[in-house]
Amino acid sequence: MEGLPHQIVAGIATGGIYASVALALVMIYQATHHVNFAQGEMATFSTYIALTLIQAGLPYWVAFVVTVAVSFVIGVVVERVLLRPMHDAPVLAHVGIFIGLLLVISNLSGWIFDYTVKAFPTPFDTGAPMLGGLVSGHELGSTAVTLAVLTLVYLFFRHTSLGLAMRAAAYNPVSARLVGIRVGWMLALGWGLAAAIGAVAGIMVAPVVFLEPNMMLGILLYAFAGALLGGIDNPAGAVAGGFAVGIIENIGGAYLVGTELKLTLALAIIIAVLLFKPSGLFGRVVVSRV
Amino acid sequence: MAAEDAVPVEVVAAPARPDAPTDSLAWLAVPAMVLLAMAPAFLVESFRLFQLTSVVIYAVAILGLNIVTGYNGQISLGHGAFYAVGAYTTAILMASFGLPYWATLPVSAAVCGALGWGIGFPALRLGGLYLALTTFALAVAVPQVLKHDALETWTGGVQGVFIAKPDAPFGLPLSADQWMYLFTVAIAAAIFVLARNLLRSRIGRAMMAIRDQPTAAEAMGMDLAALKTRTFALSATITGVAGALSAVAVEFVSPDSFSVNLSITLFVGMIVGGVASIFGAVFGGLFVVFVPNLAEDIAGAAPGVLYGAILILFVFVLPTGFAGLLRRVAASARRTTATNDATPGR
Repeated sequence: MEGLPHQIVAGIATGGIYASVALALVMIYQATHHVNFAQGEMATFSTYIALTLIQAGLPYWVAFVVTVAVSFVIGVVVERVLLRPMHDAPVLAHVGIFIGLLLVISNLSGWIFDYTVKAFPTPFDTGAPMLGGLVSGHELGSTAVTLAVLTLVYLFFRHTSLGLAMRAAAYNPVSARLVGIRVGWMLALGWGLAAAIGAVAGIMVAPVVFLEPNMMLGILLYAFAGALLGGIDNPAGAVAGGFAVGIIENIGGAYLVGTELKLTLALAIIIAVLLFKPSGLFGRVVVSRV
Repeated sequence: MAAEDAVPVEVVAAPARPDAPTDSLAWLAVPAMVLLAMAPAFLVESFRLFQLTSVVIYAVAILGLNIVTGYNGQISLGHGAFYAVGAYTTAILMASFGLPYWATLPVSAAVCGALGWGIGFPALRLGGLYLALTTFALAVAVPQVLKHDALETWTGGVQGVFIAKPDAPFGLPLSADQWMYLFTVAIAAAIFVLARNLLRSRIGRAMMAIRDQPTAAEAMGMDLAALKTRTFALSATITGVAGALSAVAVEFVSPDSFSVNLSITLFVGMIVGGVASIFGAVFGGLFVVFVPNLAEDIAGAAPGVLYGAILILFVFVLPTGFAGLLRRVAASARRTTATNDATPGR
């Protein structure tokens, strides 16, 4: 189980989580040019909701769907209530709101669901490792789920008129409004979608890292690194970057720096990208016109 | 998209101050303030004095953050990292190398300045949120580095480093707490005066020009990346000195006291105290030391929720913080007196 192939497969499994969170970040970044620092905390809160529903006796997949729906609504409400009024405010005000949101949600999680570390169930077979010992049932299952989510999101944006409208609102809000798209609501939907994707990532990662109020902090960091590596204005790039960071993290953790410095590895990736390829592997080079 | 860059930064708009009054009353204000700052050392009991020392230290740390975020417009979410490095540098120099506390301050300042330059250089060549992302990552990563085995001989790993609080020098009849308070106030006063002078100088105006109109500033021949990086290094230096002072005052450093929450606390203190206001840093210090206790009394189990809610409330209702509120009150009072004077027969 400790060989290089296993590290790569495990990297793809965690990479799927990072890719999902990176996608959630980039979706909001594309539409608003803001990075939601509370994205991870919102996902943790959703995961607590899922755990509560499962403990209340709901079947796993029912709880899963309900949680994703509730998270979507929470995302929309947050955008409508907190960010809509701040639409034209300076960047610092937005960062202030994101940090405030991070504090409120993470402390709310701890307060409502208490601070103890909790185990989280997985619906996948946890028995014998599959594919000749390469991969555990949960790794395989969670990779399948994240890939399914990413595919669904892709299909949604490519092949539905609502997806097209959301892309238009992000790409050119003024023109989008002129052709009758309600840009404000598109942003809110984007927030809802990002929250829903984050919820899936939280539910899939919780059995591995265990559930506690700061569960997503490190994952958010890797998602930042993945988004930057892939190009922060390119959703597909961010997904690729997320997978790449997952693999780098696992190989680096196994052979290079050990598990104690894994977060520092994320910082190193961020700094390396900024130094050598600031626009990311697949991002556009930003040229500002005067 | 240049259009976006051109949006004026309202939250951080610098107040248009009239020149300071030059009459003799202003000169009386200086010794009055010195006395006011020194008085608590002889009036309050030692726990309160320790809290006030913390207020002054946080005020310095927030001033450092405010210089880069408030005056230069570059958002840092990781100043706790520089605070941590400053504190650890001082603690290690005192515990492992036997240096006296005052001699460690310049070293801590230099180390943090260099680290700030090293982080700022890659992140600040680019505009936008890259600095916020990088510094946030730095803040999350620093406790892990401090805990790491390779550094354990100096950092003491998870246990941290204990140091002794210095006694008053020259046989002054002061307790260690009293001396620490006065020492901290003196260093802080020096830093505040220097920062005020810098921000009112050519360089300070350049910082604000970069914040408000980066394109115009560049067209005037300013090297944006270099200035931003130097500003960030300076701000890291100041916050690092605050960290160094905190190590001496608390007599202890450990990785867990410098989690990402510290960086967030400094950020909250800056917003609540007043962005782009030198005195706002003092209000920020008062806020981060006293409000958590208050919040615990009010909100019971969830002080952090209240803390975050206060931050959001300030962004919405009072984006210029306490300092801005005071400015507005003072301005309206001045206007009232002016109208009263100008109206004959009242």
